[in-house]
Amino acid sequence: MKSKRKISKGTIPKILSYIGKYRILFALSLLMGAVSVCLTLYIPLLVGKAIDLIIGKDAVDFGKMTEILLLGIVCVVVATLSQWIMGVINNRITYNVVRDMRKDAFVKTEILPLSYIDTHPTGETVSRVISDADQFADGLLLGFSQFFTGVLTIVGTLFFMLTISPAITVIVVVLTPISLFVAAFIARKTHRMFTLRAATNAKQTAFIDESITSHNVITAFGLKDKKQQAFDEINREFEKYSIRAIFFSALTNPCTRFVNSIVYAAVVVVGALSVIGFGSGLDLFFSGITVGSLATLLSYANQYTKPFNEISGVFTELQNSLACAERIFELIDAKPEVADKENSVKVDTPSGDVVFKDVCFSYTPDKKLIQNLSLEVESGKKVAIVGPTGCGKTTLINLIMRFYDVSSGSVSIGYTDGSGNEKLSDIRDITRRSLRSCYGMVLQETWIKRGTIRDNILIGKPSATEEEIIAAAKASHAHSFIKRLPNGYDTLIGEDGGNLSQGQKQLLCITRVMLALPPMLILDEATSSIDTRTEMRIQDAFGKIMEGRTSFIVAHRLSTIRSADIILVMKDGNIIEKGNHDTLMALGGFYCELYNAGLAK
Amino acid sequence: MKKLISYLRDYKKETFVAPLFKLLEAGFELIVPLIVAMIIDDGIAKGDKPLIFRMSLVLLSLALIGWTCAVVAQYFAAKAAVGATAKIKADLFGKIMSLSFSETDTLGNSTMITRMTSDCALFQNAVNLFLRLFLRAPIIVFGAMIMAFTISVKAALVFVGVIPLLSLVVFGIMQITVPLYRKVQEKLDGLLGITRENLTGARVLRAFCREDEEIKQFSETNKSLSAMQVFVGKIAGLTNPLTFLLINTAIIVLIYVGALEVNSGSLTQGEVIALYNYMSQILVELIKLASLIVTVTKGYASAKRITAVLEMPSEVTEEKNCGKEVTSGKVEFRNVSLTYKNAGAPSLSNISFVANPGEIIGVIGGTGSGKSSVINLIPGFYPASEGSVEIDGTDISDYDPDTLRKSIGVVPQYAKLFRGTVRENMLCGNEDATDDEIWQALKDAQAYDFIMQKDGKLDYMIENGGKNLSGGQKQRLTVARALVRRPKILILDDSTSALDYKTDSLLRKAVADLDYKPTVFIVSQRASSVLNSDKTVVLEDGECVGYGSPAELLKNCDVYREIYRCQFPEQV
Repeated sequence: MKSKRKISKGTIPKILSYIGKYRILFALSLLMGAVSVCLTLYIPLLVGKAIDLIIGKDAVDFGKMTEILLLGIVCVVVATLSQWIMGVINNRITYNVVRDMRKDAFVKTEILPLSYIDTHPTGETVSRVISDADQFADGLLLGFSQFFTGVLTIVGTLFFMLTISPAITVIVVVLTPISLFVAAFIARKTHRMFTLRAATNAKQTAFIDESITSHNVITAFGLKDKKQQAFDEINREFEKYSIRAIFFSALTNPCTRFVNSIVYAAVVVVGALSVIGFGSGLDLFFSGITVGSLATLLSYANQYTKPFNEISGVFTELQNSLACAERIFELIDAKPEVADKENSVKVDTPSGDVVFKDVCFSYTPDKKLIQNLSLEVESGKKVAIVGPTGCGKTTLINLIMRFYDVSSGSVSIGYTDGSGNEKLSDIRDITRRSLRSCYGMVLQETWIKRGTIRDNILIGKPSATEEEIIAAAKASHAHSFIKRLPNGYDTLIGEDGGNLSQGQKQLLCITRVMLALPPMLILDEATSSIDTRTEMRIQDAFGKIMEGRTSFIVAHRLSTIRSADIILVMKDGNIIEKGNHDTLMALGGFYCELYNAGLAK
Repeated sequence: MKKLISYLRDYKKETFVAPLFKLLEAGFELIVPLIVAMIIDDGIAKGDKPLIFRMSLVLLSLALIGWTCAVVAQYFAAKAAVGATAKIKADLFGKIMSLSFSETDTLGNSTMITRMTSDCALFQNAVNLFLRLFLRAPIIVFGAMIMAFTISVKAALVFVGVIPLLSLVVFGIMQITVPLYRKVQEKLDGLLGITRENLTGARVLRAFCREDEEIKQFSETNKSLSAMQVFVGKIAGLTNPLTFLLINTAIIVLIYVGALEVNSGSLTQGEVIALYNYMSQILVELIKLASLIVTVTKGYASAKRITAVLEMPSEVTEEKNCGKEVTSGKVEFRNVSLTYKNAGAPSLSNISFVANPGEIIGVIGGTGSGKSSVINLIPGFYPASEGSVEIDGTDISDYDPDTLRKSIGVVPQYAKLFRGTVRENMLCGNEDATDDEIWQALKDAQAYDFIMQKDGKLDYMIENGGKNLSGGQKQRLTVARALVRRPKILILDDSTSALDYKTDSLLRKAVADLDYKPTVFIVSQRASSVLNSDKTVVLEDGECVGYGSPAELLKNCDVYREIYRCQFPEQV
């Protein structure tokens, strides 16, 4: 059970602004709702009048009755039509509003700073776009279809009842709230049980998750029985709380129904007595009731309590759906990355020079990472970044690609401008797109899109021909495994790369870069899950394209680092040593230690 | 499906009592219009006030009895639904745990988790509502019809006419919309996939400037989803207006027929009101039924998915009672081939080698060359498609799997620990291990130092998924867990990848020096990891291209030489 929290003030206006686009439809829906409710309530009145005409043997006024019943038929047909039209309109508004919100949320994910994506779990953001939007739609639809008609039904019923008998109306109005109190009372009492149940449920889900993902370990160590025992224990606990929570919350319906029955009985007895006449001063208040109007009142008494129960349900649902909407808006309103400057340069022909000047950077202000890094990488040089896991090697990549902006200092790249002049510009003065197209990047975490192998390779260069694709795949040694897949390049791959091995996925990612042949390269531990042999072949291929291209390589493998022109040795987020293999070995520092450890037998 | 219903058999009393009491409740509700008719015809017409008071007391007591019946029904329905689902859950858990690797590969983790959580919840909800409400609607609908017959046969014919039409509307629309809703769900899943992909691949997408294409793809799917939702909504939204139309038309016809009957003297005014009330009751019930059917359909679909898992074959089909145990740890592969389920080509073909007790065997080869497949065959995680794997001269299929695995220590590629203390995790390896034995295993696995620094040492709590440990720490603990059982055969499946070179080599040395001399299999991509092995199996594309000591391999195995040269260029 979701804990109730305060919905921030801005949420409802924001929702309204989305609905505003459909205001004509919305007005039409309200109109249809009003028509359908009025007619729906008018029908019992007509029926009551008709019943009054049925007095007894040979005493039925068929002429008048036919008139009333024909009017009744017209009302029924019009009410049906307006009900349906209202339903269709509500549907359309709801799903279109949700579609618009989803799209805005998704578009936002494309321009969010990487820091947002890195710090918010993927599942959470996905659930904002998908399930929160879905739940919001459910709530909105329910709100549209039941809230307005519900309120109108209550008001309308009261009005019609008043026209028949003010005194009986008072009785109904006084008695009905009891059912609301009962419902609220039960909800309050069951809340604790639902909390307990939710806590046990979370515990059980975590256990299930752990056991299923560790299925191989459980099998290998023969832990099945032990795990079953532990599961049964949690399961029994969950069963206990579930029965209680479900039973007590299921009491709401019979209890409110019981209150409704009391109201009904009260209307019957008071109504019947009024028809006969109390024979006292009371008759003044309860006069003018016929058998037919008693039937109408009874039908109202039945209907009147229904919208109350519905509306209280709608309120919980709306509360929940507002919470969902708020979560979507949190995403839609998240701060996007700083837009490109208006006069940003579009770089087409980078020279390959990359210059870091006094760069300071940290993810959080209280934990300093890179401080005063200055580095000049000349065109065509190979830069290796080394250090133990978690030392901040990927941070540099984040800065080079401008996934993150430096805190102070600058990163610049060289390029030739439109008039043929060599220039060096801060990357913050260059459009992100043109900056990123200068680099070919292969990340440690391989990323494969749902689609065919070809679709995935084409991400590198959407306009590539079949020959180019195959040539790139051959160069990255991916062709031989692709060829063996059931449908070759047209083989569909599932989410997260589905049935491809980690190494195969990596080869595909490399193929993309091979196809794009960008002027500069970034390899982020790209070869970590490929065996040394395949890696060596890929290195050969990379060696070819790296010629004349500036490359940044993050790798654990010392063999690949040895040939680098510049080695940056990182530790705890800082660059502690800088130089080539020979100078660093001669230095006898951290790099030397690392290198020797690597070859220890 | 039958299988799941059989779980309700343990709740015979509850599944019988719940609908019975619902039936009683409905029955009492059906009496109400008769009482009202009596009040009108006898009380009002004859001015009999005491009768009116008596009858209203009857109405109140009917309400009270109805309430009691409902409460009893709710209780037993909840008990039966929750109880049966809990049993199903327990069995489902047991079943999943006993599935073979081939089966779990096909199912996938997220599917198994969904089966155990949301599918079970949907099923429980459906059973609960079914027991409570499913009988109620037909009882009220047909009960109202029967009551109408007792009042007036002619008027009852209106009921007979309208009920089939109503069922046609309710079930017909359901028939059309249920498959459409499934399509909506599929589209929603697709949208989820795109969103998820877009976030996990944010860096790559931005690096290749693919933002616009992604937005386009999302918008298209999003648009077709909402178009589909609007379309289904249009059809589903017909149910209520159509029911309303039918019932109200029927009421008008009923009043007219009633008027004719009253005019001819065969019916009274009060009875017409009773008939009118019965018709109104049907309307209320049908609206409830429509929403119930949606829940039950969902529950039915979940039930089918749960059943599919429950009916999968377990790994052990028959009890092996040979009681044979591993004594020496000699492992022999004889012309072994392995083709995974649903795979087009074999992953291993014709592998043969012998590992003698106490030897250290390296398994080396490229990505996808079949290294993990080879070692997964030893504890019988997958059965060999051809040939045989023998331990101590006996085919492993002749061992009881649990007995066989007791003597094997497996350290999987991905380090997985359970939520619980360090000690509890270590005891997974061997329930009877003493603290001293655990400490020794931790020392050998190079985990002693960091565990000593943790609060509570062996009582240090490991979070779900080992979140509070680093990758290297987790790997060392999984090694220790395997060592605690002092296995005859120890399998290290590339399980030290997160360790730095120094720790890795210390660990390998400790393993080589173990006093109980297990047969050790070390899987690796690095030549340095298998340099100390007695023999090494070299794999390429699922075939064994070399088997021998490192020195021999260096001499006569090209693939091995190539791997070796990558790491030690100047030595070749």
